[in-house]
This record gives sequence, C-alpha cells and structure tokens, in this order.
Amino acid sequence: CGFRISPREPCTYIKDSDSSPVEYRASPQRLLTQSTLHRNSILSSFCTEENVQECLFHITQELASLGLSPVGTGCERHSELDVVAVLNCMNDLIQLHRRELRTLENMEVEQLKSNSSIDYLQITSTQLKEQLELSKRENTGLLERERQLQLKVKSLENHLKNEKEESEHNMIFSLSCKNFRILLRTELAKSKVEQHLWKTDKTEARHEGEMYKTLLNDYDNRQRELLLENAELKKVLENMKKDMVSILKTKKTKEESDDEDIFDATKERVELFSDDAREKLTNGIRLQWRKLKSHVERLDNQASLVDISARSNKDSVSRETHEEEMHKLRLEIQQCKDYIRMQQQLLQRQLSSPCDEEVTSLLNNCYMQQEKERLKGDWKTLEEQRKIFDRERGNFTEAAIRLSHERKVFEENRALWLKHQFLNSSPFPDSSKPQISRLGRKVTARQISFCAVTLQCHLVYRLKYSQVPVVRWANQKIIFNRLCSHTVV
Amino acid sequence: MNFSEVFKQSNQLCKVSPDGKYLATCVQYRLVVRDVATLQILQLYTCLDQVSHMEWSSDSQFILCAMYKRGLVQVWSLEQPDWHCKIDEGSIGLVASRWSPDGRHVLNTTEFSLRITVWSLCTKAVSYIKYPKACQKGLDFSRDGCYMALAERRDCKDYVSIFVCDDWHLLRHFETETQDLAGVEWSPNGCVLAVWESCLEYKVLLYSLDGRLLSTYSAYEWSLGIKSVSWSPSSQFLAIGSYDEMVRILNHITWKTVAQFQHPSSINNTKAVVYKEVEKRPAVSEDLSIHNISMGSTLFSTQSKYEIFLPPVHLPVVKPDPERANPKIGISSLAFSSDSRYLATKNGGFQVQSLSWHSSGDSLILLGKDHLCLCYMETEQEDK
Repeated sequence: CGFRISPREPCTYIKDSDSSPVEYRASPQRLLTQSTLHRNSILSSFCTEENVQECLFHITQELASLGLSPVGTGCERHSELDVVAVLNCMNDLIQLHRRELRTLENMEVEQLKSNSSIDYLQITSTQLKEQLELSKRENTGLLERERQLQLKVKSLENHLKNEKEESEHNMIFSLSCKNFRILLRTELAKSKVEQHLWKTDKTEARHEGEMYKTLLNDYDNRQRELLLENAELKKVLENMKKDMVSILKTKKTKEESDDEDIFDATKERVELFSDDAREKLTNGIRLQWRKLKSHVERLDNQASLVDISARSNKDSVSRETHEEEMHKLRLEIQQCKDYIRMQQQLLQRQLSSPCDEEVTSLLNNCYMQQEKERLKGDWKTLEEQRKIFDRERGNFTEAAIRLSHERKVFEENRALWLKHQFLNSSPFPDSSKPQISRLGRKVTARQISFCAVTLQCHLVYRLKYSQVPVVRWANQKIIFNRLCSHTVV
Repeated sequence: MNFSEVFKQSNQLCKVSPDGKYLATCVQYRLVVRDVATLQILQLYTCLDQVSHMEWSSDSQFILCAMYKRGLVQVWSLEQPDWHCKIDEGSIGLVASRWSPDGRHVLNTTEFSLRITVWSLCTKAVSYIKYPKACQKGLDFSRDGCYMALAERRDCKDYVSIFVCDDWHLLRHFETETQDLAGVEWSPNGCVLAVWESCLEYKVLLYSLDGRLLSTYSAYEWSLGIKSVSWSPSSQFLAIGSYDEMVRILNHITWKTVAQFQHPSSINNTKAVVYKEVEKRPAVSEDLSIHNISMGSTLFSTQSKYEIFLPPVHLPVVKPDPERANPKIGISSLAFSSDSRYLATKNGGFQVQSLSWHSSGDSLILLGKDHLCLCYMETEQEDK
C-alpha cells in the first residue's frame, strides 16, 4: 500500500481507505489537530509571563539540540524573540514535523505490510503444518501396511516353498483303504460342490459365451463361403444370359430385338440380392434358353428342308437372278432338243431311204466277199499248218516206235555184255582174256553202259518233251549205233 | 525302404510322441523311451504289472501306462524321471484309461462303465462322471481340446453331455432321439456333433454345439445300418459307411447326400486304374480293395511287380458267413485325406487293419496283419 502524502494537501487517502488494519489510527490531520490541541494545552502550561526568558532559553537549547538556528537574540537573561527567526524556526519545526510524519506514515505502511505478510505466513504455516500432520499420518499408515504386506509375502513364500517341496518329493494317490476312499470321496465331492457353487456364477456365463462365440464364428464362415459361391454362380448365370442374348440378337428381326433390348436394360439395373431379383434372373435365363432352343430347332428344320427344296426358303434370292437361270436352263433344253432331233433325223434318213437299196446291198456284198476271202486265206494257212503238224507227228510216232525196238535190242545186248563181263571178270588180267577177245577193249563196260544209259535217257527226254527235228534225232541214232557197234565188236 | 533292427514289444504298444521326437514301447512291464532319430534308449521305466494300455500326453511330457488287471495307472514324466504318479482305482476296477486333451487329467473308466473318474495331476482333485455309456465310441474330445462329448444312459434313455475341459464344467445335457446310441464324434471345427445309432437301425443325428438338433439322416430301414463314420478335415463332409457295402457322403449345409459309392466285386469303370501285384512265389497274393484303386500286398519282397489290369477286373472276394457274430461285411474303416480330396474305404473282409493318410494328402499307408503297403496318388488325378 503506497501512500503518497504531499505536504500541502491534507491526507485524505488514508481517511478514505478503511480496509487496512490502520483503521484505528487517527488521520494525521486529526492527529495534527489533536496533537496541536494537546500541545496547545501543554504550551499553555509551559510558558507564562514570568518564565519567558527561561522558556526562551529552554526552547533555544532545544532548537540547538535539534540543529535549528536559535530563535531569540540577546543574551541569556534578556533575550528577545526574533520574530523572523521564530517564524523560520516554526517553519523548520513544521517541516521537520511533516517529515517525521511522513516517515512515520511510511513506517506505518511498512509495518502494515509486514504485519499482513506475517499473517499470511502464519496462515500458510498453519496450513502446511496441518498438511504435514496429515502426510505424517498417511506415511505411518502406509508403513504399517507395507509391513503387513511384507509379512504376508514372507508367509506366502514359505507356503510356496513348502508346496514345491511337497510336490517334488511325493505325489502318491494311493488310497488302499476302502473306507478312507469313501471318506475322501465324500469330502472331495463336498469341496468340489462348494467350489462349483462358488464358481458357476462367473464361469458358467463365460463358458456359454465362448460356446456361442465359436458357433457364431462357424456360422459366419459358412455364410461367407455361401455368399462367395452365390456371387460366382450369379456371375456365371449373367454371362450365360448375355451370351444367349447376343447369339439370338444376330438372328432375330428388328421387332423382336427391340423387346430384348428393353429386357436387357431392366435386368442390368436390378440388384441381385433379393428374392424378386433372383426370380427375375432365373426367369430371364429360362426365357432366353427357350428362345435359343426354339431357334436351334428352327435352324435344324431349315437345314433339313434345304436338302429337299433348294430355293424355296431362300427369300434373299432376287427375282432377276431367278429369271436369268430359268432362261439359261431353257436355252440348254432347247439345244439338247435340237441335237436329239437332228440325230433322229439322221437316223431316220439312214433307216428309211428306199432309192439306194441296190448300191447298199452291193456294197454290203463286197464287204462280205472281202471278209470271206480273208477267211478263206486264213483257213488255208491253218490247214497247211495242220498238215505239217500231222506229218511231223507221224514221224515222231514212227521214230518213237523204232526207238523202242532199238532200245529193246540194246537192252538185250547190254545184259549179255554185262553177264559176260561179270562172268569173265577176275583179278588176274591174263588167262581168260583170249576167250573174250571180243570184249578186250580199253573202254570199260561200265563206261559204255553209263554212256548208253545217259544217252537213252536223254533221247527219251527229248522225245517226250520237245519236238525234235527228225534230222537231229537221226544223228543221235547214228551216234548211238556207232557206240553200240563199238562195244559189240 | 530301409528298416531298422527288430525291437521287442508287447500288446502292440508302440507309439511315437506327438511332437515326433520320441518313441515309446512297452515290453511286458517295462516302458522304454527311445529317440526317434537314433533309436537310442533315453529312459527306462518299470511299471508294477504288465501294461495293457500306453498313451502319450498331448504335450509329449508324460506317458500314461494302464494296467487293467490291477486297476492301476502310472504316469511317468520325461523331464523328471524321478517323478512318479500312481492312480489306483481299487476294487472298482479299470476298463479304459486315457488322457484329456490338455495332458494334465487322466480319465479312467471303471468296470461295467459305472463311472468315469477324472484325476487331475495338477490340483490332485478328483471328479466323477456318472452313467457313462459303454458303446462303440462313447466319448470324444473336440479337436481343439475345449469340449468333451460323452454318451450317457439313464433310465433306459440315451443322453449326451457336453463338458468344458478346462474345469470339467457341464455345459449341456440333452436327450438324444436314439434307441441305442452307438457313438459320438465331433466335427473338426468343433461345432457339430454326429451321433449315430447302433447297427440295428440306420440313423445319424447331427447336433449343434449348444445341443440343438440340426438334422437327422436315415438312408434305409429294416437292414443293418451304420458301421463307421468319418468327418472330412474341412468339416464339410460326413462319410458314413454301412453294412450294405456303400459309403454315403453328406454335406454340411443341407445334411443331405452329395455322393454315394458302391463297392462292387468287379470293377467296370473305365476311369479306374487297377494295379495288381504279381509275385513270383506261388502263394496267392492278397488283394486290398480301395475305392478306385486296387493294390496287391507285399512282404519285404523285391521279386514282385505291379501290373495294370484293364477293367473289368474281378476281385477275389470271400463271402463272410452271416450266421456268425460280427460278420465282416460292410465298410469298416474310412479315411479322408488331409485336403479332403480323397476318401479311402475298406469293405468286407479284406485284411487291412488301418488306413492312414500322410499329412500332405498324397500318399496312403495300409497296414495289414503282416503286410504293409504304401500308395502314392498322382496329383493330376481327378478323383473324389
């Protein structure tokens, strides 16, 4: 709180501000008036008419002690008041007084400040003390809890150690005694039941939840698969329908194609996720399929009819070409007819022309004669050849007969010769020789017989299988005779 | 094909772990765990009695060994061989034992199917399920291991209970429209449960996961009905093999047949390719019939070759005696390939114990009593 006190102005600020604890303090002006009043009362008693000099002396001393110039002039006893000095002194005193007041104000303000700060600090200190108390209490509480928990931990650790040891050593479930078993069973059953009673609230819900979750997952998966399958099948159906429509479009007339266009447009806009849409799609497919089937049947019929009547179904054949072809065909027919007629005429002429009868008959006769003579000539030659052949045959038969006779003779000779040979054969080349001097030739009988036989065979073969000219045969016969004579002699 | 040396086993208990790293075999009362790659013995466990049933847990951490005669089940851990667990059913007996899909519970079926006990290996808690039905396939877990369907029989009526596997909480319990329920099977997506009647009536019911009846299918009446059922891996088809030697395939949207296949003894279809193995030895080779393909059997013999026979081909079929019990007629096993493209079926008395497809879906292995056959499918084939 900054108070500014100007020396001239009365200090009204302090008078107005009443929030400070300086309230009880009187305003300086009042103070001033009060003190002046008070002083006046004191001064009145201080100085009388008798002790002026003493008062003056006293005041001068006082002033001197204060550092102000003396007020009176003169000596000790008979000093007289210097008015100017007195006024100056008074002014100085007032100034001093004012200064003092100011300092007093300042000090009071400072004191107020410090008092308030002290109060504030006191308050905060009490608050902090309270807080400290609280926290101390909490701390002690926590310490207490920590201690308890540590105790608990220790006990659990010990417990765990015991359990571990127990499980490490022996885990025997052997219950040999029947009664003991039954007892244990009942006890365990009880404990189990209790446990279950205690547990079922939470775990039952959990189990149910898990079970339903698995079922839902399964249904979700199945539905997803079915959706995918469905979408694929729908796509396939759509494609099939499009294909069928495109196939049918190329064949149909304009009227019908318009209908199909409208049909298609409606189909494409429809969403395929409702029963209605599905029905539309299936009906559409069925309709298209029926159309396609009827179309194919029609095509089949057309194909069969084309074989029977070629042109009647072809509407596209124009009239002019038809006329042209007809004309061509007619020309051809005409030409053929002409040709036939000509041929017939010629034939008629040939057959039915009476004036050239003799000439023709002569001609015919000439031809006949010619042919007859030719035939005759041929016959002659053939006859001659036949004769020759007959002659030769005769010759051959005679030769064969002769040969057979000669063979017989030869055989007999041979046999004789051999007999002689056999009889006369001996290891000794001397003695019996002259008896059979007939056979004393160097040429052995065997050689001769062999030759004769081969010749005979040869001759027989020849006669049998070839037409040997007689001359050759005769030569052969001569050779044969010579051979035979050779041996005989 | 190379083969390792022969290892002993008993009761045909020889299983590869689900993660494919280990091989467990049972030899009398011992359980032997080997590494699949090297066949070295990694662990050796000793059970208390001869092991009747052995099963890996789904996370390949534990092996269950059940001894039905003694009513005991022992569980062994691969990670900690010292850990052991013994479950004793006591005098109530034990008929079947199996793991739950999470590999932390053991389900024991007691004698006469009085109850199913669910033993928890983690919490050592025991649950009981009453009135389970003893039938061809009374219990089935869904493929994700969340739910278990159990056939029950109370007061001469069939019910199906659906349990949530994590806390064995009963989710749904409903009565089925069957006279004598024979089996339940979940679809691979876990949303549909197929329930079929015994062979006296041809009826298959399809229930949703929340117990609603979706559909019923019956192909014919007054004749022996369903013998085997199989879902396709995509859950889109349900193949039903019946005693009339036909396979009918239903679709999952309308639950009506999309296809029916016959198994004639003479193949006339020109599209079918028939391979016959011709062996040089004089013994008669067995013929195994699969839809559209016929293969001969082989016995480690390299002296045989496959000849392609042109249709019509007559298969040597032995007519079973219908007077005897459990006649070997009808479709007894079905197997879809993993991409649902192919279906392999076994009809009649052919000596095929199991059909399984490779996970890639292009090869099939047939196991007979002492033969095995691998069939590869050409990828260009257009087959159902």
